[in-house]
Amino acid sequence: MSDPQLTLYRLQACPFCERVVRLLNEYDIEYDSRFIEPMHSERNVVKRVSGKRSVPALVDENTGAALTESANIVSYLETTYGENRLRTPEPADDGEAEVLRAGEGS
Amino acid sequence: MDLEFDVVDMGPADHVEEGEQVPDFTRPLVNDEYWEDASLSELTEAGPVVLVFHPMDGAFPATYIWNELRDRDFADYDATVVGLSISTPYEHKTFIEEREVSFQFFSDPANGVAEKFGVVNDLDGMAGIAEPRPATFVIDGDGTVRYAWVAREWPDFPDYDELEDAVERVV
Repeated sequence: MSDPQLTLYRLQACPFCERVVRLLNEYDIEYDSRFIEPMHSERNVVKRVSGKRSVPALVDENTGAALTESANIVSYLETTYGENRLRTPEPADDGEAEVLRAGEGS
Repeated sequence: MDLEFDVVDMGPADHVEEGEQVPDFTRPLVNDEYWEDASLSELTEAGPVVLVFHPMDGAFPATYIWNELRDRDFADYDATVVGLSISTPYEHKTFIEEREVSFQFFSDPANGVAEKFGVVNDLDGMAGIAEPRPATFVIDGDGTVRYAWVAREWPDFPDYDELEDAVERVV
């Protein structure tokens, strides 16, 4: 079994998560899904990997990126894996993939 | 149990036996923080596995079995001790918290894994629901079943001493 380098933290029926899933499938990118619970107090794992308790959160071992906010994630996927990608995945640069804007549940 | 009446006899099960290759399966595997799809073979690749089929979370046998495995320090073995019931991932997460265990649990609401292992228990009085019989399998790193116990009465509980001996033979 292959070991995907991308891990998506998601909540069942969360439309923002499905938005990211749609793009991952469109790009034919393999990823692991980790489902968490609705209560924010139950989301320590997401806080640990991304710094926030919101989902979706995406961790990309190819680049070391850990992102939250579906708009950020979509933009990241487009520029990293899309047809018009701006860069090839490169080693982690801590902070590069930081959250660009605050907000809840997007 | 020492009772003045007969306990329900489920009869023998045509189950996976010692010496046989274990059937592989993939189901959501739940820990105290999240769940993700995992296969049994991923676990056996890392070493021996103790697979414990149990009644749905919340039924008293589930409580008894996991309290006992917790108190006997099964978590300390150099083996992956993993549960499996028809309960949903949400229920498993609650169960892990309530029982204060560090074990992981497969979620199999459609009971397909019990069918593969030949340990189905059709529940009387709960229309449309089947679950596994209580059963324990010790599986080595090659995926070979080294010990198998399957309940023949309802209720029935694992022989924990025997299970400990079986685990100690493979770790």
